[in-house]
Amino acid sequence: MAERGIPVAVEHEPYDGFVVAKLDELASWCRKNSLWPMPFATACCGIELMATGASKHDIARFGAEAFRFSPRQCDLMIVAGRVVMKMLPVLQRIWLQMPEPKWCISMGACASSGGVFDTYAVVQGIDRFLPVDVYVPGCPPRPEQLLQSVIDLQDKISRTGTVLGREFRGRGQPEGPRSLRTEMDSADQMVAPGNFRTSTRSWSLPTVNDRPRA
Amino acid sequence: MTTTQTPPVIPATHEPLLAVARSVAGEDGVTVSVFRDNVRFHVVPGKVLAVLKNLRSECGLDMLIDLSAADYLNYPGAANRYGIWYVLESVSSGLRVIVKTWANDPEPRLDSVFDVWRGADWMEREVFDMFGVVFDGHPDLRRILMPDEFVAHPMRKDYPLRGEGERHNFLALSREQS
Repeated sequence: MAERGIPVAVEHEPYDGFVVAKLDELASWCRKNSLWPMPFATACCGIELMATGASKHDIARFGAEAFRFSPRQCDLMIVAGRVVMKMLPVLQRIWLQMPEPKWCISMGACASSGGVFDTYAVVQGIDRFLPVDVYVPGCPPRPEQLLQSVIDLQDKISRTGTVLGREFRGRGQPEGPRSLRTEMDSADQMVAPGNFRTSTRSWSLPTVNDRPRA
Repeated sequence: MTTTQTPPVIPATHEPLLAVARSVAGEDGVTVSVFRDNVRFHVVPGKVLAVLKNLRSECGLDMLIDLSAADYLNYPGAANRYGIWYVLESVSSGLRVIVKTWANDPEPRLDSVFDVWRGADWMEREVFDMFGVVFDGHPDLRRILMPDEFVAHPMRKDYPLRGEGERHNFLALSREQS
């Protein structure tokens, strides 16, 4: 374990068999080596995601081979592909259904920024509406890049992880880029016609942390 | 939308189709243009349903290949805003003809051809969704691609290309609350 970055003290005599480590670091060590991905694959990045899971690249080498199609069993969401405005509420709901602790990888240009699809329906980066931990560039990224992002995420978990998830509490603001509105002339600004606060869109999503505060 | 000055040369195969179309819509109701092997009948909007019906029943054009539209806003030389076209084919002979018509603001309307070809169902819904052309007589004219609460018609030329728009009208989740 000491070789993997966890400071431990092993007592040989007379307490043979005991290991002493900080609980946070021990928990992070367990978590980072058994990530269970939720494959949110909507486009060609999903094909690379499958290749990453297949035998040649073999994501199992990094302990993340247990792809589960139920968000209740996952702790790593890999968003692979473009997300349109009809899909975004689904994506948010799946994210909310995942138990803590959880992380998100935004795979490819479309998930990270909308890519070439700067159209009326495509969300220009999922990080505008979801907290993202690691971005993977590429169109689509090579499986090696996705593996590197898993390694980077493992590094992030081992550096910042705590057993009670204290590291997430400081992230109280949406982390995406600035609003598109701030980046353009007033002449270019679009006024969304109508009221969209209806139907498929929820404006008070039930979240796991919505418990009564004392 | 005819741009050719010289009268188009109509292939002999399409002469009987033109005769049927003109018998329904009158001489002035149908103009013809030809581009390579595409023969286009431009039919006045009020007569297009009758023309299509007769082309199917009398000329054997039994398949509706395509039904789509374009917005000719600011298009050079365009007299009408929305162009709508129907591509018909005879399955037995392979004969094709394109029937074009048009619609205009503020309420672009056409008669639905759902009763002639059931396959027009989703195609008319798509034209309605993207361009806002209303098809009278369609049994279920809902949006087909965009979400139900969407109110704009995004393939219109005056729909903005830049900006936030409806695609960013969502709740942003922070890591703390999710």
